[in-house]
Amino acid sequence: MKSKIHEFKNLNTKIMSTTNNFKLIALALACAVVSVNCDNKDSYNDMGISADFSGTFVQQDQMARPAINTVFIAAGQPKDDFNAAIPSMMGAKYQSIFQSRLLALNAGYTTNALGQTAPQLTGLLATDVLNVDKTKKTTFFDGTNILTGRALADDVIDVELLLIFGGPMGTSNAALTSDHVNANDKAFGVSFPYLATTW
Amino acid sequence: MKKTKMILGLSLVAVSGLILVAADHVDAPAVTGNAADITDVYTFQGQDTNNLAFAVNTQGLLSPNATAAATFNENVMIEINIDNTGDNIEDLVIQAIKRDDKMYFFGPYAPTTTGTSSTIKTAAASGSVTISTYGLAPLIAEKNGMKFFAGPRDDPFFFDLGQFKAILGGTASGFKNPGTDTFAGTNVLSIVVEVPKAMLGTANKLNVWAETKKKQ
Repeated sequence: MKSKIHEFKNLNTKIMSTTNNFKLIALALACAVVSVNCDNKDSYNDMGISADFSGTFVQQDQMARPAINTVFIAAGQPKDDFNAAIPSMMGAKYQSIFQSRLLALNAGYTTNALGQTAPQLTGLLATDVLNVDKTKKTTFFDGTNILTGRALADDVIDVELLLIFGGPMGTSNAALTSDHVNANDKAFGVSFPYLATTW
Repeated sequence: MKKTKMILGLSLVAVSGLILVAADHVDAPAVTGNAADITDVYTFQGQDTNNLAFAVNTQGLLSPNATAAATFNENVMIEINIDNTGDNIEDLVIQAIKRDDKMYFFGPYAPTTTGTSSTIKTAAASGSVTISTYGLAPLIAEKNGMKFFAGPRDDPFFFDLGQFKAILGGTASGFKNPGTDTFAGTNVLSIVVEVPKAMLGTANKLNVWAETKKKQ
């Protein structure tokens, strides 16, 4: 059985380009069923994969920090453009746009609770990456840790509203600094996959 | 209300056509509602704090009635990008793509090219999991210290988006208390992958982002 399967896999590799998909799928299933036998070669065949993963894949959407990119980018084509951008190119292109949006949202912006000026806040946000610290508790903001990850239960919207509208003391524009939705509508799991079951 | 508008310049925002949406839900014309539309990205310590879990959600605002029919697209790869040198260029990627009833995962591995175009390095295959079915228990696979999940989940995002839109539109001056979670009762299609931190390089600080990439 084992040698047969490996023969099949060799054959499989040879005929990959001719794409007899039905046969390939059948081989994949056969290999998966006896996956123990398939194991100790390379990791490709290890998984019993005979599917085709070839080709070039081109970016459609990009996302890291919650809400930020969409808050600061106008609807329509600009959103598509932002989604097609890569983080290393974003800062130079988008910081000034973000700053204009920030000041449109809050014309009275001076600094926020982190002491950030408008250029500082928008300079951080314009490069859309999620900052993660492997050595700390992972959270968007928990009162102690700032931008060390994003946990499922983090009230990220309130953090962002506070930084945009709350002023240096976090006390300005009180009607706008919390949406008063403070938790998800289902409890998260403590174990993998963590996200709650569907509705 | 007028005062609020003046202070915040929200009317200007409305005039300029900026329609705010949340986390990337209902995002942009090219991707809204399709398999390439990322709604949220999460990175957090696993139950075992030696691990990091990455969750990428797509296809937001799925009603319960629509969830069973929602599927991942075999031409759309979900890619988690990890920069561990601080230059916002990916040093490692974790890729996930559907084939038949399974989600296949590759990496974390160093891609040969960075940026908007990617290929899949099949030699970097790290595991696969049968895509979970709506209404049934989640199917989980584990291999070499990694864990894998793909399928429908409750949308973990929460926000009174409706009231926020009303504020921007000038028909409300602030949030309500309590607010109404626009995303309550809705589902997303998720991939969740848990990785030992040791597989992500030696740097303590990472920059993480997700991309969807479509086969050309």
